[in-house]
Amino acid sequence: MNIIKFLDEFTSENLTQKGASRRDAFSTFSSLGKKAAIAAVPFGLATLSNKAKAATMFQTNEAVDALQLALTLEYLEASFYLQALNSNVLDQDNTGMSTAIYEQISMHESAHVTLLEDTLVSLGETPVAEPTFDFTAGGAFDPFNTQGDAATSYAQLLALAQAFEDTGVRAYKGQAGALMGNDDLLTAALQIHSVEARHASEIRRLRGLKGWITQNQRGAGMPEATQAVYNGEENIDQATIITTDLGDGSPFTLDAATEAYDEILTGDESVAIASLFIVS
Amino acid sequence: MKNKNVKVDHLITRKGNKRRQFLKMSGLAIAGSGLILSCSDDDDFSTPTTDPDPTTFDLGGGDLGVLNYAYALEQLEADFYTKVVNGSYWSGAVAEEKEILQDLYNHEINHREFFKTALNANFDAELVLPESLEFDFSSVDFSSRDSVLATAQLLEDTGVKAYNGAGKIIETAAYLVIAGKIVSVEARHAAAIRSIIGGDMGDFKLFAGDDAVDPTTGLDGAENPSVIINAAGGFIVTPFTANQLP
Repeated sequence: MNIIKFLDEFTSENLTQKGASRRDAFSTFSSLGKKAAIAAVPFGLATLSNKAKAATMFQTNEAVDALQLALTLEYLEASFYLQALNSNVLDQDNTGMSTAIYEQISMHESAHVTLLEDTLVSLGETPVAEPTFDFTAGGAFDPFNTQGDAATSYAQLLALAQAFEDTGVRAYKGQAGALMGNDDLLTAALQIHSVEARHASEIRRLRGLKGWITQNQRGAGMPEATQAVYNGEENIDQATIITTDLGDGSPFTLDAATEAYDEILTGDESVAIASLFIVS
Repeated sequence: MKNKNVKVDHLITRKGNKRRQFLKMSGLAIAGSGLILSCSDDDDFSTPTTDPDPTTFDLGGGDLGVLNYAYALEQLEADFYTKVVNGSYWSGAVAEEKEILQDLYNHEINHREFFKTALNANFDAELVLPESLEFDFSSVDFSSRDSVLATAQLLEDTGVKAYNGAGKIIETAAYLVIAGKIVSVEARHAAAIRSIIGGDMGDFKLFAGDDAVDPTTGLDGAENPSVIINAAGGFIVTPFTANQLP
């Protein structure tokens, strides 16, 4: 399946209205800026006891769409980290630390791609094809240092990783409901989701931030265009319980009450972010 | 407490319905003994006074069981970090570590109070896990950086595995989303603590080390409640059972 066709089908009308071209959609997204993140996380998949069972349980487009979206986001992350490691930009830190971190994350993201592809195949579905990515977002960034400014590229490489990982955590969380009813798939999705959260924490710390998200703050050094990744994180209403009203003291401040819960992104919101980096 | 204004409309509707009554009765009937489950087709539920061990609390099943289970885990974590921020290691720790552990204390206390409120808003008091479980952290030296950080790593990694394994038991989508919102924060905690320990060792991959995340599949851990409760048993003084959870 063509990636653009999939995204068009997945995305709601307000993002890709009938008759609107992909170019129009990009132009809408470009108002976010150039940054954006992506993220990704797929939903998991898992070893199913038999294909027949899987085929029976996964005829719903919702679950398959969730897996295809997850795969799309994992393609993005996997490609990003492989290119990052090939770019030598991470040598900027002179310690090997950022390279080691990216190696570990890259290993996981590539494994997630394989897991999701295999799962879709086991469900009798054709995995979406890997898109062509543009991590410069149309020339706005130079994360792999093609222009000779290694320090700027290093900063952008870390900022993009943060945006991708924080988006991934939210995107997976937003799709979990679509997998309710199949224990294997749901559990695997959760097992990927928490790995994305580990990644997000570490990248944020590498950038000098806390590992968790305070209110809707994207954090120091993050381009304004990444704000879409953080909007909504200021929520304090958890299943109608107000988390700042549960008691007195430091655990119930707005900062603590928003840090303590990560928020979801809808499929449309996740697609909008990922689309900034997809050429075709 | 300011929770008198809390509204849990879609959840409160369960009050008084048949499912809730069943939970209430079964919770009483099987407290302390899973064996009675085998008698579910007779009239025993009408005589809960036959409970052989009324002093041992059972977490229950379904959403009630998972919420009580999460409440127990959050009580455990909150109690640990309360002792941490009142201990001598924390008071003399470097700024970064002090801030991280203060944040973890804040988050876990908030989680604990969330579950307490959610449970009491939706279930009868006798079905809700007591709010003051007793824990034994005598094996932890709260004046020791190594001891505190190692225990924090254990608890956070365990929390991730616990929530990942409990997701499939949850029946209500809203609760699954809440569990997802919390587990990713536990994973962020785990990575941060591991990152500090890894930095000491020169292991920059420990935040998501191969001991926590399968390097072949890229999957984090997931364990059933029975496994988690057994593993955490060394810290838990107040007994409770999870006879209706896997």
